[in-house]
Amino acid sequence: MASLKDLRNRIASVKATRKITKAMQMVAAAKLRRAQEAAVAARPYSTRMSAVIGNLASAMNGQAGAPTLLTGTGFAETHLLIVATAERGLCGGFNSSIAKIAREHADRLIAQGKTVKIFTVGKKGNDALKRLYGKYIVEHVDFRGVKQMSFAEAQSVAQKVLNMFHNGEFDVATLFFSEFKSVISQKPTALRLIPADVSGAAPADLGGAVYEAEPEEGEILADLLPRNIAVQIFRGLLENAASEQGARMSAMDNATRNAGDMINKLSIKYNRQRQAQITKELIEIISGAEAL
Amino acid sequence: MAGLHFELVSPARLLFSGSVASVTIPGTEGEMGIYPGHSPVLTTLRPGVVTVTRDGGAAERIFVKGGMAEVNPQGLTLLAEVAVPMAELTAEVMAKQVSAAEADLADAKPGEAQRKATEVLNQLKALQSTL
Repeated sequence: MASLKDLRNRIASVKATRKITKAMQMVAAAKLRRAQEAAVAARPYSTRMSAVIGNLASAMNGQAGAPTLLTGTGFAETHLLIVATAERGLCGGFNSSIAKIAREHADRLIAQGKTVKIFTVGKKGNDALKRLYGKYIVEHVDFRGVKQMSFAEAQSVAQKVLNMFHNGEFDVATLFFSEFKSVISQKPTALRLIPADVSGAAPADLGGAVYEAEPEEGEILADLLPRNIAVQIFRGLLENAASEQGARMSAMDNATRNAGDMINKLSIKYNRQRQAQITKELIEIISGAEAL
Repeated sequence: MAGLHFELVSPARLLFSGSVASVTIPGTEGEMGIYPGHSPVLTTLRPGVVTVTRDGGAAERIFVKGGMAEVNPQGLTLLAEVAVPMAELTAEVMAKQVSAAEADLADAKPGEAQRKATEVLNQLKALQSTL
């Protein structure tokens, strides 16, 4: 049985932990607001971008010479999985749930006999996949020192992806990130980047008119598609940043509550034991006095 | 005729959304004035200044770099990689853009990409000198 001193120490240490988790929760809450605003603000750009590409793609449909970024290389042999996760842990199931869908996706592809390459963005995703899928990881970047994701980071990732694509290192690219639904709900998502996924975007109603393009459609698409990759990656990174803070906030809220429960239980135990000890000592004194 | 619905979006935020009288945009192949009822058009942008004329006639100037414009019956959508109102555009911001463009040029592969990067750099420098 633990002594009174042990219990006292235990209570003090749980209290210290509770202070830390409470502080982390508050920091996450403060960061969440900023990250959430950034993620929401970035949405219009990426949705409009998809809409424009959707319009162009439907105009280009069936025409020869459509860029390979749109139509794909015609093969689906080598798949690049871009796994975007956080740099830090202690955020509940956030990192592991992204790693999990990426892993399932990879397993499915491997079972079909495809070649899989993994590009991890963020330290935690790399850690989670390194052990089992280490041999598939071809590229890794992390943004440890970056406070606020800016478009430049997304562009640097996109540039790497595009270089790999132009060197013919893969046919299909899929981005894995966590979509920010709400503070308590983040949805791990897979988004196909190459060939561009235009199925979701409905072409605008032009009332029978045709787009006049300046320069030509093909040229615009050639300019637009690489940009679109950067934009989609940027969106993924921002959604991730918001999701991470949301996940951390709820994880730390839980931890704080658990610590509180634990302190209550330990205090009750401590008080009982103290009472028992006093009673025991009294009995000893009384029985000692009676024996006289 | 109702006003032109104009939206200016950068990756970081929605900068402008509303009804305006007209917008002048720096297209790759020349400046374009867009008025309500313009026929559908798509164009890429070169670095330059977008002039937005409000319904009352007041004009606003916004620096944009890289991106594209889409006109459809719903209005004009401008997707710009960088968009800064002229009031906030200082020599410092401009110098940063120029050095970024120089770095791009240094990275660019010879041929088409290099030609494009040089073009962008020259346009930026021209803008810088007017500042």
